[in-house]
Amino acid sequence: MSGTGHALALRGLTKRYGSFTAVDSVSLKVERGEFLTLLGPSGSGKTTILMCIAGFVAPTEGAVLLDGADITPLPPERRDFGMVFQGYALFPHMTVAENVAFPLRVRKLGAAEREAKVKAALDLVQLGRFADRLPRQLSGGQQQRVALARALVFDPALLLLDEPLSALDKKLRAELQEELKALHRRVGRTFVNVTHDQEEALSLSDRVAILNHGKLVQEGPPAHLYEHPRTRFVADFLGKSNFLHGTVQESVPEGFVIGAGTTRIVQSVAENRRPAHGSPVLLSLRPEKIALLNEDDAADNVVTGRIAAWSYLGAGYTLVVETPDLGALRVALPTWQAPIAPGEGLPVRLGWSSTASVPVVEDVA
Amino acid sequence: MRRQDAGWWLLILPAFLLMTAFYIAPIAQVLAISFTEPSPGLGNYERLFTSESVQRVIVTTLRICTITTALALLLGYVLAYRIALANEAARRWWILAVLVPLWISVLVRAFAWVTLLRRQGLVNNALMETGLITEPLQLVWNEFGIIVGMVHYMVPYAVLPLLASMREIDPRLLAAARGLGAPRFTIFRRIFLPLSLPGLIAAGVLVFIFSLGFYITPAILGGGKTLMVAEWIGLQILDLIRWGLGTMMATVLVVAILATLAVFSRVVDLKRVFGTGA
Repeated sequence: MSGTGHALALRGLTKRYGSFTAVDSVSLKVERGEFLTLLGPSGSGKTTILMCIAGFVAPTEGAVLLDGADITPLPPERRDFGMVFQGYALFPHMTVAENVAFPLRVRKLGAAEREAKVKAALDLVQLGRFADRLPRQLSGGQQQRVALARALVFDPALLLLDEPLSALDKKLRAELQEELKALHRRVGRTFVNVTHDQEEALSLSDRVAILNHGKLVQEGPPAHLYEHPRTRFVADFLGKSNFLHGTVQESVPEGFVIGAGTTRIVQSVAENRRPAHGSPVLLSLRPEKIALLNEDDAADNVVTGRIAAWSYLGAGYTLVVETPDLGALRVALPTWQAPIAPGEGLPVRLGWSSTASVPVVEDVA
Repeated sequence: MRRQDAGWWLLILPAFLLMTAFYIAPIAQVLAISFTEPSPGLGNYERLFTSESVQRVIVTTLRICTITTALALLLGYVLAYRIALANEAARRWWILAVLVPLWISVLVRAFAWVTLLRRQGLVNNALMETGLITEPLQLVWNEFGIIVGMVHYMVPYAVLPLLASMREIDPRLLAAARGLGAPRFTIFRRIFLPLSLPGLIAAGVLVFIFSLGFYITPAILGGGKTLMVAEWIGLQILDLIRWGLGTMMATVLVVAILATLAVFSRVVDLKRVFGTGA
């Protein structure tokens, strides 16, 4: 059923409040039926962008286009977008069924059709039994699903979600993430989600747009963003990362070698993207891509150090290894690969392949 | 009762005794007089059903109070709505403007209305000069004058509980309704109005009860021609020395107020009306 939604485009969207620029010339496309997440820390402008799409905030410059038509001047009530608000914003004086029926009543649908649609929407989120309850009689997760049903019941062109899961506890959040993903597949509509939770963004979205200081930093499918962050901010915000500083010392067939103190690090990189000899380079290295090596194991890059700190996480360990040239390196190990008992001060050999790390650029503030 | 609680009760004991001696005891005495003067029995209360003048006072009072409450709620709602939706700075000025009249003596305000509304007052003169009327209108020393003065006094008491309940409405609900396609009037009728209903009921109860016992404003603006219960009681006791009849009406007034409160305490949270609301 995918592709029944509508395509959305932002063109040079800018919002200024006095001298403060909340959104800085953001251009972005959302394909039909796509699940796009706007991800960023608080104050990155992601909610302002969503409010511009919904029509609650008028952009200072730029345009919002739906299927190519400029809808920037339309007020929110005429945009026909479903929206799930932060905290859900269910009407407390109406039952679940009345809440879901509200957008249909506003559209003056006949009673029979209205009831059928409300029932279908409540069944979609598995809340048929709760139709006559008041919102306050429901759990947080159930309220969230009512908000979803209410936002979807009138077949909106677009579904906008403002931090839909942030009010829920961790376990419920994971559960509802899967439900939301399944729901998106079932209804096949275009979803635009806003969150500061990188895990949520990675697991839900077809595509993620990362924002910082009102600017679009990078966008792409979750795996691409995780594996190929363009900037230090993206690498740091999406998951965790070690950063290795060095200068280019020589070219090798698969890429180049950088030096940091007496340590040489081989970095593989495409032919056309090699930095000049002697230029400074920043590499992002994910903690889970570093392996603990035995005496005789070999790897493209090997460094030695001592464990400065460690923590046990059940499925794995996180070690902080102090190295002479690269500083503290964070290493994530599955429990079965870890030494029996990691201890502080224990000397270790770390290794990673030349394709494990990626060169990133420093963000311009 | 736990010992700790007993300690607290001891602390308020002086206040309790003071209240009993100077407040509850006189009221009990009023209640007693209504059954004993001029002769023991229910004679005074019989007048409720037999005396036309007693009935007329009660009907007049109820009519004036109902009209006053309705007008004060209407004006108060519009004001509170405006204040609730104003920005922070504007809201402070609005609230100040609402509260200032409360600090001016009710006597001063009643006389101010007399000077505005009398035959050669500002209103009549202005209307005559513009040629809208040829004869001055009778705007004061009747029910109209009383209602003008009372509404003026009551509007702040309507605004405060209304404002309290309106400010409890989550603005996101209004945004959500808009996002779901509702035009402004629908949002007001189906979301804002129902959610402000507790405040409306609270304000209505407060204003109505206040109005029932109003004395100075009706006495001055009614000019002795239109009598409300409080003034009538004063007349019976101070001028006609009919203590029995006066205290009977006072008792009826107290019972009426308590009954109103009892009915509405089932509908609204009274603590919000008289307590921490605004």
